[in-house]
Amino acid sequence: MPEGDGRNMKSLDFILRRLAKAFFVVIGVVILNFLLIQLAPGDPAAVMAGDAGAGDAEYLAQLRAQFGLDKPLPVQLWNYLSGVLTGDLGYSYRNQLPVLDLIMDRLPATLLLTGCALVFSLVFGILFGVIAAWRRGGVLDSTIMFGALLFYATPLFWTALMAVLLFSIKLGWLPPFDMETIGANLTGWARVKDIAWHLVLPVVTLGLFFTAIYTRLTRASMLEVMGQDFIKTARAKGVPKGRIIRRHALRNAFLPIFTFASLQAGQLVGGAVLTETVFAWPGIGRLMFDALLSRDYPVLLGVFLITAAMVVLVNLIADLLYRFVDPRIEQGA
Amino acid sequence: MSFTRRFAAHPGALIGLLLLAAVLFIAAFAGLLYPGDPWQSVGPPLLPPGGDPLYPLGTDLLGRDIAAGLAHGARVSLLIGVISTMAAVLVGVVLGAIAGFFGGWVDDLLMRFTEFFQTIPAFAMAVVLVAIFTPSITSITGAIAIVSWPPVARLVRAEFMSLKSREFVQAAVTLGQRPLRIMFSQILPNTMSPIIVTASLMVATAILTESSLSFLGLGDRNMMSWGYMIGAARTMLREAWWLSVFPGVAILLTVIAINLIGEGLNDAVNPHLRGRKD
Amino acid sequence: MSELLSIRDLTVPLPATADRRYAVEGLSYDLAMNEILCIVGESGSGKSMTANAIMGLLPPNMRPERGEILFQGQDLLKLSEPALESMRGRQIGMIFQEPLSALNPLMTVGDQIEEVMLVHKVGDAAGRRARVLELLDFVGLPDPKSLRDAYPFRLSGGQRQRVVIAMALALEPALLIADEPTTALDVTTQAQILDLIRRVQRDKGMGVMFITHDFGVVADIADRVVVMEKGLIVEQGTVDQVLNRPQHPYTRRLIAAVPHGEGRQNQVAQGRPIIETRNLKKTYRSGGGLFSAPREVRALAGVSLQLHAGETLGIVGESGSGKSTLGRAIMKLMSVDSGQILFRGQDLVPLSPSQFRPMRRHIQMVFQDPFASLNPRQTIGRILTDGPVANGISHASAAAKARELLSMVGLAENAFDRYPHEFSGGQRQRVGIARALMLDPEVLVADESVSALDVSVQAQVLQLLKSLQERLNLAIIFITHDLRVAAQVCDRIGVMCQGELVEEGPSAQIFDNPTHPYTQKLIAAIPGRNWDPTTSLTERVDA
Repeated sequence: MPEGDGRNMKSLDFILRRLAKAFFVVIGVVILNFLLIQLAPGDPAAVMAGDAGAGDAEYLAQLRAQFGLDKPLPVQLWNYLSGVLTGDLGYSYRNQLPVLDLIMDRLPATLLLTGCALVFSLVFGILFGVIAAWRRGGVLDSTIMFGALLFYATPLFWTALMAVLLFSIKLGWLPPFDMETIGANLTGWARVKDIAWHLVLPVVTLGLFFTAIYTRLTRASMLEVMGQDFIKTARAKGVPKGRIIRRHALRNAFLPIFTFASLQAGQLVGGAVLTETVFAWPGIGRLMFDALLSRDYPVLLGVFLITAAMVVLVNLIADLLYRFVDPRIEQGA
Repeated sequence: MSFTRRFAAHPGALIGLLLLAAVLFIAAFAGLLYPGDPWQSVGPPLLPPGGDPLYPLGTDLLGRDIAAGLAHGARVSLLIGVISTMAAVLVGVVLGAIAGFFGGWVDDLLMRFTEFFQTIPAFAMAVVLVAIFTPSITSITGAIAIVSWPPVARLVRAEFMSLKSREFVQAAVTLGQRPLRIMFSQILPNTMSPIIVTASLMVATAILTESSLSFLGLGDRNMMSWGYMIGAARTMLREAWWLSVFPGVAILLTVIAINLIGEGLNDAVNPHLRGRKD
Repeated sequence: MSELLSIRDLTVPLPATADRRYAVEGLSYDLAMNEILCIVGESGSGKSMTANAIMGLLPPNMRPERGEILFQGQDLLKLSEPALESMRGRQIGMIFQEPLSALNPLMTVGDQIEEVMLVHKVGDAAGRRARVLELLDFVGLPDPKSLRDAYPFRLSGGQRQRVVIAMALALEPALLIADEPTTALDVTTQAQILDLIRRVQRDKGMGVMFITHDFGVVADIADRVVVMEKGLIVEQGTVDQVLNRPQHPYTRRLIAAVPHGEGRQNQVAQGRPIIETRNLKKTYRSGGGLFSAPREVRALAGVSLQLHAGETLGIVGESGSGKSTLGRAIMKLMSVDSGQILFRGQDLVPLSPSQFRPMRRHIQMVFQDPFASLNPRQTIGRILTDGPVANGISHASAAAKARELLSMVGLAENAFDRYPHEFSGGQRQRVGIARALMLDPEVLVADESVSALDVSVQAQVLQLLKSLQERLNLAIIFITHDLRVAAQVCDRIGVMCQGELVEEGPSAQIFDNPTHPYTQKLIAAIPGRNWDPTTSLTERVDA
């Protein structure tokens, strides 16, 4: 059918445009990293070596030769870009390991933490937001919104510390640090349970901040939808309030929440840096903090690039999914 | 109802205003309340709060007065919060206004640029920026401004685009007003309310970001800050809880105060969004 | 006839901040089975308030203070929310004003119609689905099978209104409430929907409560009429009584203000046209990419027209006809693809914005929306003097002229220092006219300039435009969707359809002897065509 073909073509156009955009954002971050190395006070080679490697004159000379640091800037940029695009994110002199290996080793822990926190915050945020909107102006609404304001205004790292103080130090309920019990050498189901146990505090701390955000967003979005004409139509049809909320309001309110959640992916990474620092969680956030302490710039820039690429990927997937959630956007097939 | 009366009808906003006034007072008179360097040790180390009336909030490992630290820390928080927001708003308004008013390829270009900065993880970028350019009050303020202007640009662009097609702006075109004059005298005054609301909430976020940076050790070495106090006390959590509890409460109260004021402003400039309680 | 609905002494207070105490006060009227009752009034008359009260859909801060709403003998105000819920949609159906927003965008048309039956637990799944097809067919929608699974955004406004009607009819309610159901629709679509409502009412023997501001619609559809003003009923009776022998002065004033098809005496256009367009073309393009063609909408498909000093040319068309694009193109608020716009013989099309700016003062515009057309942050004085100041006139002389014009358009001189929000819609439109006249233009483009106004205010503003034109010898391009208004104020009328000027000629000729089929269709669709408001009023004066 010609019309169907047209729609398919439109989808193809959209996907290609979106892929191109994602690609250019990643290239942009690489260029940004390159510029930062150039603009940093001091010798670019010293930055690329990190504090640990900067004392090693031989290593500095090797870096200068490898990246052509005596050549014109465009050549340097090209060397840097082609290096990164072939998977060379630099070398950590301090750890004596390629940066990419360091990051890949830590990535699963961060994905586990942020993934759980995202699910936690979406589930509770939407739940509380809907309840607040439903009970608008009531005690429940005020209580929920005060709680949301509180956790939105609390620095994430402080929530984490207070959680450790209360639940680990005072009450002794939950483990304060690490991802699993050191030296326990658990396997199978026991290890899963041990990790889950260690996961509780970090996920809840990171999740609460985002729960606060999604609660506020869901409430606002629900109230806006509830004021629209088609809700009145549904009421005029005799649809009960519970069904109006579930079938009409929430489905429409979900679209902006969905969009916003994908835009928040970057914030989640920022939160992970702080949470992992407090809980000594062996992810890339903690890696970043360690790199900060030792001024290990290649690791710092590598983590920055990888997290940016992850966010771009999440946004890309969300954009493609959106076309299936909202029928108003022309979709393929 | 007038703006002030709508604002005053908001109890939260008034509480916020009082809280912020208190913080401002302490920040302004920190030098008088606690003269001298807050980094200087003045008493016995690790004195718990209430132990000595001279140091009501206790002292840290080096015998520095926690209360003095809090008072001086208020300065840094507010200063960085306000200046970085002003810079971000300036950049955002200029870029957003140009993109929204002129449209076409200018808009395309500026919006791709804005989207780029909005996509990359803000806090991670702030960390990298401050680390590379070495922590100082300038690099921290600059880094926060760089990661926080995109929402302002998008907001201003959207406002300009919608106002541009509004009939009173079209009327100004047909009357022969020049584009620059139309931007400044017709459109910009009508975008001020949402910009002010956004800016007030951005100050709160900037304070949180600043405290997070100094918690990670990326604070200005010459200035006492709340985030630094918590970061330094992190390893002492078990032995001296007060070292991290009080600065956290200070951040929390300040950020809540600014958020309450922002919400009050928002309700006052958008009366139709208010609850139906009254 | 048995009474289906009896309203007795219904009184609903307004929130304390409002400018009057009651939304409606002491309302009493009846509606029988098998009749159409029109509630007519201007904006703010409280005419929609009863409909919402009957449905139990009043905003939470408005509760009826006293009175009864007896539906089949039962007082709806005493029913619990669940009892009302089971009544809504089953025994009382409702149709709304805005078909574009009345449907849930994320639910298929079929699901939304089926939901009425589902929540009232009527029939089984298969039976309900069959009934949906039946209803879609009954309200005259094409291809019910594929439409059932379509989302609302694929449907036009008229089609969506048919879906809403299908929804309201699903359980064959005894009472149908229609709240301005055709106001947002084009005139030809309006005629179709009115036909549909009449047919449905006759087929099902329902009672219909029809709320409208348009006396033409009343004349077409009503059995009985209730006239409301500021929350009170001023007059009620049969359609013949109210329309042809109105008693209350307010009703008489409203009817006198209804624009009617009497074409005005035509002036003979003479000499060189002051403005002329030749073969003007404009196509909107959107979307498109590497693999898909952009969407194209033809807004102007070669429009040629002429306008002389002292003459009013009406441009009439439905939404999407290109009439507003034409106005904006002449104002150079948008570019055209090809063609010429000649002002006193000079082509404006090739001029750059800065080249054209000094000439702008000759061609001015009066806008549609009295609320959006004035900068809310500027005083009326500033709004009026901005134009002359931008054209190099001193502020003092501009201010003097502004005060002069304010009194010319019938506003007090102290309006100069006040802000737009202190004025009513009609007063703001006068400010808009004064602003356009500040630069002593020769041509005035009025784009739907009276469409947003109530009928009585509309008549006053039209009168003002007419007298100003005579005094200042203005050439006016009057763009409107309302043929009745055009016939009343224009010397010549051009009818636009899909970017083309399909017919042009003296008003009387267009109105009485249209030659193009589209014009004929448009004229036939005018509500209340067979009712002449002028005779009813003169009769009364004679008696």
